[in-house]
Amino acid sequence: MGDRPHIEVQGLSVWYGGQQALKDVSVAFPAHGITAVIGPSGCGKTTLLRSMNRLLETSGEVRISGRVLLDGTDIYAPKVDVTEIRTRIGLLASKPFPLPMSIYDNVLYGPRIHGLCRRDNADATVERYLRAADLWEEVRDRLQSPAHALSTGQQQRLCLARALAVEPEVLLCDEPTAALDPISAQRIEDLLRGLKRHMTIILVTHILRQARRLADFVVFLWLGELVEAGPAEQVFNNPCNERTRAYLMGDIG
Amino acid sequence: MKRLRRLEEYLFRFLMGLSLVIVLGSLMLILGTMLWRGLPSLSLAMLTQVPKGGYYLGEEGGILNAIVGSLCLAGGATLLALLLSLPVAIYLHTYAGCSRAAHLVRLAMDVLWGIPSIVYGAFAFTIMLWIGLRASLLGGIIALACLELPIIVRGMDEAFRLIPSALSEASYALGATRFETATRILLRQATAGLLTAVLLAFGRGIGDAASVLFTAGYTDRLPDSLLRPVASLPLAVFFQLGTPFPAVQQRAYAAGLVLTVIVLTLSVVARWLSRRLMHHVVR
Repeated sequence: MGDRPHIEVQGLSVWYGGQQALKDVSVAFPAHGITAVIGPSGCGKTTLLRSMNRLLETSGEVRISGRVLLDGTDIYAPKVDVTEIRTRIGLLASKPFPLPMSIYDNVLYGPRIHGLCRRDNADATVERYLRAADLWEEVRDRLQSPAHALSTGQQQRLCLARALAVEPEVLLCDEPTAALDPISAQRIEDLLRGLKRHMTIILVTHILRQARRLADFVVFLWLGELVEAGPAEQVFNNPCNERTRAYLMGDIG
Repeated sequence: MKRLRRLEEYLFRFLMGLSLVIVLGSLMLILGTMLWRGLPSLSLAMLTQVPKGGYYLGEEGGILNAIVGSLCLAGGATLLALLLSLPVAIYLHTYAGCSRAAHLVRLAMDVLWGIPSIVYGAFAFTIMLWIGLRASLLGGIIALACLELPIIVRGMDEAFRLIPSALSEASYALGATRFETATRILLRQATAGLLTAVLLAFGRGIGDAASVLFTAGYTDRLPDSLLRPVASLPLAVFFQLGTPFPAVQQRAYAAGLVLTVIVLTLSVVARWLSRRLMHHVVR
């Protein structure tokens, strides 16, 4: 673990219309490893996640105040290029949404728009990232078939391959196993565990056992407020806050 | 109480059935009349010849001038309207979203949709007088394009709105710009809806008589220049029905039949085409 936080959220508040979803949240996400954001439904987990790649502002009436620092630079600063932020910070959504094109083109979508894909290395790029997402063996013979023909579990791994193909340094995962069967979910978990050595993974989950299995750090949100954040061992075994203890015991939430 | 509810159920089922019969019945009646009265006078000559002298008195000839004219008018107008409306629809969906400006544009399009076509004709005619253009193919194309524009924009807007926002977000999350997302993802995903919108507009355009009345004029010759008058099928129907000769009136029904078949063929082709283009669409 690096000493300096990779992403630092400072005094972040978010309003949807008149409703406040996040209340003055300040929290640091260490570089590398998996940080799990836990809390009951509607506590602002996803809002926090979507604030970090500025996807929040694409959805209608949202007001955001506060700062989100990526390696010390505020991603909400006026001159920041939002597409560059989103290239550095990837996303794995809760429901896989393959793009309306072939498996092959799905993987290359990111590299192509960023001009990273040369004709002579396209095939190698596709293979590399499909392997990284543990999908290559299953699709190597049908790379040109439509991506939506894959099973949901395979689609989610394709979405992972697609995200990895732009070489992000941070991967935001928004309940990435919510739509999947247990075996597919297991594979995603294994992949995340392997990826955390090279990248910072922020995992939103409402499955406590998943957080226990995967997390190195834990952030606990409750009704839009940050309650507790710290190393997984400490938060799970010896929480400082009474509400965290109650949530972990299953008394609330 | 229980009986009343059952009675209510029967009553509404009866009323719905009645509506269905009326709607389907009138469609059948229209098609039937056209076939019954038009089919006998529909001949190869009618489809392949322009009117000869005395055609409107029941002599030899055909309506090829109107068939080709209508295809040119509606084809040109649809192309022009498409070129103008695709950017508007993309702007509405991708850039404006739910803003006040978008709301205003949508309202404007709905109002324009409801304007009678004769008003478009008069409007285009005024502009033509102003720039010194006489009744011509170009004038007709401009008038019809005005008529078709709101139909295409609203149709495309609806097609885009059916796309789940998560799909656009998947593209944004990879660092794509709005433009890249619109052109590479949204257009592809909405292909079928866009095609339907274009087709609807084409159907409206090719069937409209009032807006081409002053603007395109009429002629017995095949269209040969953008600046000369052209014939059109709706006006061919209108003029032929207006004659006192039953044989010519029958030809009006035949012309109507030709018009219907053109629209029908186009929608079948478009459906087939969109199924082929939908190969990759995420469902």
